[in-house]
Amino acid sequence: MTLPAPSLPVSLLANPRLSSWVRFTGDSRVAISPGKVEIGQGIVTALAQIAADELDVEIGRIEMIRASTAASPNEGVTSGSLSIQQSGRALRHACAEVRQRFLVAASERLGVDASLLDVDDGVISGPGNVRTSYWELAGDVSLDHDATAGVTAKTAATRAVAGHSVQRVDIPDKVFARPRFIHDYALPGLLHGRVLRPNVSGARLIALDEAMARALPVFVAIARDGGFAGVVADSEMAAEAALKTLRKGATWSEGEPLPDEDDLAGFLKSQPVETTVIDTRTAASTTKAARTLRRQYTRPYIAHASIAPSCAMARWEGDRVQVWTHSQGVYLLRADLAIVLRLPAENIVVEHMEGAGCYGHNAADDVALDAVLLAKAAGGRPVRVQWSRHDEMSHAPFGAAMAIEIAADLDADNEIVGWRHAIWSNGHAARPGRAAQPALLAATEIANPYPRMISTNPPAANGGGGDRNSVPLYDFPAWTIISHRLLTMPVRTSALRTLGAQGNVFAIESLLDEIAVLRNEDPVAFRLRHLRDERAKDVIRAAAQRAQWKPEKRTGIGYGVGFARYKNTGAYCAAIAEIEGSDDIRVRRLTLAVDVGEAINPDGVINQIEGGAIQATSWVLKERVRFDRTRIASTSWTDYPILTFSEVPAVDVEIIQRPESEPVGAGEAAHGPIAAAIANAVHDCLGVRVRDLPITRDKIIAAMELAS
Amino acid sequence: MPTIQFQLNGAAMAVDADPDQTLLEVLRGRLGVTGPHFGCGAGECGACHVMIGDRAMASCDMPMWSVAGKDVVTIEGLGTAEQPHPLQRAFISEQAMQCGYCVAGILISAAALLKRNPSPTEAEVRTALDRNLCRCGSHNRMVRAVLRAASEMAAT
Repeated sequence: MTLPAPSLPVSLLANPRLSSWVRFTGDSRVAISPGKVEIGQGIVTALAQIAADELDVEIGRIEMIRASTAASPNEGVTSGSLSIQQSGRALRHACAEVRQRFLVAASERLGVDASLLDVDDGVISGPGNVRTSYWELAGDVSLDHDATAGVTAKTAATRAVAGHSVQRVDIPDKVFARPRFIHDYALPGLLHGRVLRPNVSGARLIALDEAMARALPVFVAIARDGGFAGVVADSEMAAEAALKTLRKGATWSEGEPLPDEDDLAGFLKSQPVETTVIDTRTAASTTKAARTLRRQYTRPYIAHASIAPSCAMARWEGDRVQVWTHSQGVYLLRADLAIVLRLPAENIVVEHMEGAGCYGHNAADDVALDAVLLAKAAGGRPVRVQWSRHDEMSHAPFGAAMAIEIAADLDADNEIVGWRHAIWSNGHAARPGRAAQPALLAATEIANPYPRMISTNPPAANGGGGDRNSVPLYDFPAWTIISHRLLTMPVRTSALRTLGAQGNVFAIESLLDEIAVLRNEDPVAFRLRHLRDERAKDVIRAAAQRAQWKPEKRTGIGYGVGFARYKNTGAYCAAIAEIEGSDDIRVRRLTLAVDVGEAINPDGVINQIEGGAIQATSWVLKERVRFDRTRIASTSWTDYPILTFSEVPAVDVEIIQRPESEPVGAGEAAHGPIAAAIANAVHDCLGVRVRDLPITRDKIIAAMELAS
Repeated sequence: MPTIQFQLNGAAMAVDADPDQTLLEVLRGRLGVTGPHFGCGAGECGACHVMIGDRAMASCDMPMWSVAGKDVVTIEGLGTAEQPHPLQRAFISEQAMQCGYCVAGILISAAALLKRNPSPTEAEVRTALDRNLCRCGSHNRMVRAVLRAASEMAAT
């Protein structure tokens, strides 16, 4: 038997130069430069832990460099819960190889066999009290080499930092208000920009009377490029006043009609679509179907609704532009900017700075192009552009609405013998940098506009989009999974946390619950009986045990379970919801068990799962983008309420540690299972199934009326 | 423009400002005090909270004329890395955030609560923070941190 040739981690294969990942700096510090970015998920800390472990240096010596197209490895986009898998593996390998190269150099200098050398906080020592350090040797050891396969990283048992709950490196700055967010960073000579956007959906600026705005005393400049217009001023207040005045001089086209927000399924199922068969399984022989249960589930458009409005800065120098952004992908954004500006990519430097949590593709990239266009009118001074809350809630892309139909064929014993799952949804990704046309909002507004990019779905190999988590992990004998992607897009959609997984898991797990109830079988036992994967069964058993499943029936209290393995390849997560309800419901407690393989920072994993569970509860109980036939109507927190402190349930998380297994991300594991667990708890409590999210008082009352 | 006098984090301030300009604009734009954050501009999210007396208030829709003579505390006035407020210490201990953009306002709401009520129940902490939105779902960690700070302050 021949062993497969050892291969490099994917990010290292794409960026093999060791010095692009690791550098020893003069002040006895280590600069670690990942291509992934901090979006509040704690990735920078987890990556520092991995580097500290492999290099054997104190984590305090590590300086994490923000991603920039000027120097960082190109790791695409920080999304899909892949940062630990991609950047973590690359850094682990790169640091292990760097350590080995230094040990070879130390061996030569000290005259001691490399295998006898030890590294302690960067100091390399050996028998006879000989010693040197990474920093002493840094002049002799070039890291301008490509990584080689075959270097072995430490075993799980010998890691000292990874696997422990190290405190996050960014939190002290945030607690002591040291500027860290792009919104707070003051470049010398900074000007402020605001962009004029329509209230009517799809309307285009066709005429603009600039006279009133130009007459303002504090005015600096108006930038105009076709239907794109904005103002630049020397303070935010002046910019806002100028924008308000400019708006009075604007004439807009009619816009494009929006669907009926109360008939999303009707809309989604009546549009032209591209149909893809995602998966089929044919049974050799199955018992005959005695009946078929057909159910339809929907979820609405959901807003990213970042707590900070999107923000960017840009500064031109001749035909070169520097951009500061909280985009999830600096290289991808640069590619789109290059298309719009008709400039070579090397004329553009895009550097990451932290923004608020984005939960997917929000307006971060859009506002970067806005800043670049407005900065053209700023005479070489930097311009910071910040969107309004109104624009953040109406012009940023939304998570796509979905209609999901499942038909389950049941035999005479109500066992599942066939399963047909069909999805109607816009695509779940229209990120920049991946197509010949730009995905940025202002690109559709300028004088020679690009068409609005219709969202597509990532391929199944990358977890799919609308179809994400649509293939059951359960061993049903036969199934057909079909995805219908809309070819029209009146409501702009792109990647929102979990893409289609939240909708699909909600649908699958709701129907499973219904079938278990039909069979008078415990829903936990029913799931365990249909799973072959022991790690899947372990999280379900752990959550059930922790929640003391299933507590005695009490009036007004309900319990529900939900399970998924994110993308069917990532983190395993089981959730149990305890709710209290009559015609309105309150989620009291969520109990989750999760398996992310090796948990690099266990508290970081718990934080992500807790946060995901709470955000998922907010989606399920409250969230729905509102619109009439002409405009997005949910443009404030009053019109788009999210879960408040008093409404947040207790959340209890258990991690099943598997230090020997590859680490995977935790950020998106909870959303699907939580949606299903809450819906199933509603049935347990009230005896009705709500199949259209969000589960509001009105929906519960409607379901009760339908049942009676 | 009239000169408006007020106390900011214990220091006397005199700012020439349009009386209708908001306190948040003056803090961030004029004084370089960037702890309070802009979130909505409508007093709905709490990211811009400042403390006046023992009350947390939105500064994004607070006109400067109403600030005259007031004692204003922002997150910068709570404590420093060398001399942290117990709440700041507790937020680090509990790792009570994800992105942290809302945290400056939440620390202020919590500090105002502890001034009014040094030993709040969990329910009282949640009620006091209801005007602050957190999108990342770090609520329970923040509540734990506030309770930890309260018990630490009671012990000293």
